[in-house]
Amino acid sequence: MIKGRRVFSSGIMAGVLALGSSMAANVVRADVEIEYWQYFFEARVTAMDTLISNFEAANPGITVKTNQFPYADYRTKVAAAIPAGEGPDVVQLFYGWLNDYVDAELIQPLPADIFPVETIDKEFFPMVQAMKRDDQYMALPTAVRSLALFYNQRLFDEAGIEAPPANLDELVEIAKKLTKRDGAGNLTQVGITSGMTAQDHHWWREVLVRQFGGKPYSDDLKSIAYDSEAGLKALEWYVALDQEHGVTDSTFMDEPQAAFKAGRAGMHIDGSFRIGALDETRGLKWGVAELPVGPDGTQSNYSSYWVNAVTSKAKGEKFDAALKFMAYLTSDEAMQIWLDTVGELPAKPSAALTEKNQSDPIYGPFVKGLGYAQSTVFVDESGQRQLMTDMVSRIELEGQSIPESLSEAAAGEQAILDDFYK
Amino acid sequence: MSFYEKLSVRQKQTVWAWGFLAIPIIFYVVVRFYPTVNAIILSFQEWNLLGARTWAGFDNYITLYHDPVFWQVFRNTFVYLLIGTPLSLVLAFIIAYHLDRVRFLHGTIRALYFLPFMTSAVAMAWVWRWFYQPVPIGLFNNMLATFGISQIAFLNSTTNALPAVLAPAIWAGLGFQIIIFMAGLRAIPKTYYEAAHIDGVSGWTIMSEITLPLLKPTIVFLVVFSSIGFLRIFDHVFNMTTNNPGGPLNSTKPLVLMIYDTAFNSFDMGYAAAQTVVLFVILLIVSLLQLRLLQDR
Repeated sequence: MIKGRRVFSSGIMAGVLALGSSMAANVVRADVEIEYWQYFFEARVTAMDTLISNFEAANPGITVKTNQFPYADYRTKVAAAIPAGEGPDVVQLFYGWLNDYVDAELIQPLPADIFPVETIDKEFFPMVQAMKRDDQYMALPTAVRSLALFYNQRLFDEAGIEAPPANLDELVEIAKKLTKRDGAGNLTQVGITSGMTAQDHHWWREVLVRQFGGKPYSDDLKSIAYDSEAGLKALEWYVALDQEHGVTDSTFMDEPQAAFKAGRAGMHIDGSFRIGALDETRGLKWGVAELPVGPDGTQSNYSSYWVNAVTSKAKGEKFDAALKFMAYLTSDEAMQIWLDTVGELPAKPSAALTEKNQSDPIYGPFVKGLGYAQSTVFVDESGQRQLMTDMVSRIELEGQSIPESLSEAAAGEQAILDDFYK
Repeated sequence: MSFYEKLSVRQKQTVWAWGFLAIPIIFYVVVRFYPTVNAIILSFQEWNLLGARTWAGFDNYITLYHDPVFWQVFRNTFVYLLIGTPLSLVLAFIIAYHLDRVRFLHGTIRALYFLPFMTSAVAMAWVWRWFYQPVPIGLFNNMLATFGISQIAFLNSTTNALPAVLAPAIWAGLGFQIIIFMAGLRAIPKTYYEAAHIDGVSGWTIMSEITLPLLKPTIVFLVVFSSIGFLRIFDHVFNMTTNNPGGPLNSTKPLVLMIYDTAFNSFDMGYAAAQTVVLFVILLIVSLLQLRLLQDR
């Protein structure tokens, strides 16, 4: 009887507590709806739907409405909608666009009490610090992408090569063994793919230049630093792949990734986002290795990412809800879901560098690369890439000398930077 | 009595006339004149789609004048025009002239010529891009390699790329021009030719004295129409050089592609608007000039 009464009273207590807390919850956030925008990519949409349902279950009273746009229209739509008060409360942006969005006051800084700067500095991969303005974080990623060397296992076996190259010299030697030509000397299989129009401009800028002892940009990011001895050596090495060693051709099979997918290339440098496409290719046996180290053993990698930010449209309780959603999007749990669904790597070492991820034969090399990756702070990514493409084209098509072409590209890119930072 | 009822019949007719005219006028103002005027204003401003538009005076035009890429693109655009228009018209005329005489499977042959015009430019450009690839996938180069001839760099060359891109564009427009030419040829009264035959006039005289003069309205229409087409060339170039749009080294880049690139890759809307205004002026001048030159007697 006594026992029964105790159960009864504790039941009432629990009920009162539950009622009280739900009333309190109603006072704080009475059914807030926030809107989230991202560009359309099927795996991303699936991952986001999972994240939203998890978030809504943990935060009753907050609903998140999503909206996806084709990539081509994305930036335009966001730009038109936010000033009109119609856009998202939380938005996904390419990290390279951040400057423009901050300047236009379309996004709000993340308050330091919920997103402490020191904690983020410590917990996220260092490249995320590019999202900091005046000692405040403006945006944070869920996932990041890095580069690695894909290799064709079948062609490696056929040529008797046991392991992917560990350094740049080995890369050239292995590429030579994998290159095939027909009777007339036409390339029918390349040792390694090349093309500044694909990922090679990142590889050259952030990896090769550093591995030859230089750096691509000055510390304040406002001037070009690759027009140097190191930059020249890096470019000479890159151009020699085609012109001296004859192990590649930038127009071979139209696109580097196409040549690799078709099994006509021994090696191919690409981002983690390529995993999905290669996975679906029947009959292609491939592996992944970390990018080869430089002449003195320097490791480097390039990382890019999409970030989430709270827009200036979110005010009052919507702002609070948006921050809660942001906090969930940048949690370890969300990052693992993103990796499993989209194949993009977690933005925090604690989530990325787990034993399971590091030992994964596919994700492992990418995850390890994140530890020493750099992110270029682009002001006009396509314009800056075009200069790299033209730099190599001038040497290959017009016979311009390598130092001259390098200086011309540097001058061109400096003009873009000057125009932006003026 | 209301205002309307006090009007005379003539005034009422005027009111109705303006009422009906208002629809196309409003349509034109909203979808044609307003954007045009807006683009002209934008060309004097700076705008990256995000922040506010700020006045820049003639900065965009000055930048344009000093931009070597612009002048290269300007030349390319005129190369497309000056090779594309005459070549496509001559080809179309020759084909139409002979097709007009063919009785055997006339409809089928005509349909075959018209087919490329109905095909999507994007699909066509991608197929041609594949034709042009180097060994081992390119159709043309594989054929050359079979005969032991060395490969030709069709698209990866600063000299060959523009003609290589132009060829499918000319081929694609041919069907339309042939149909218009054939309609023009059919419209010439048979009696003129009969009279010429009775007089025993030579074939060349018939062509230069009867056929071509009477085809003049058709030619004027086609010249203006295809000139505007070649000055605005975009989809063929963009799709055949997607990896490096307008490349290599801007050798195939037409003005429209430069505008697209500036606006939607560099997000420099003011500069793109300035380029658009230049294109608008070129189109206007070329069209007016052609109308004047070709229509005067």
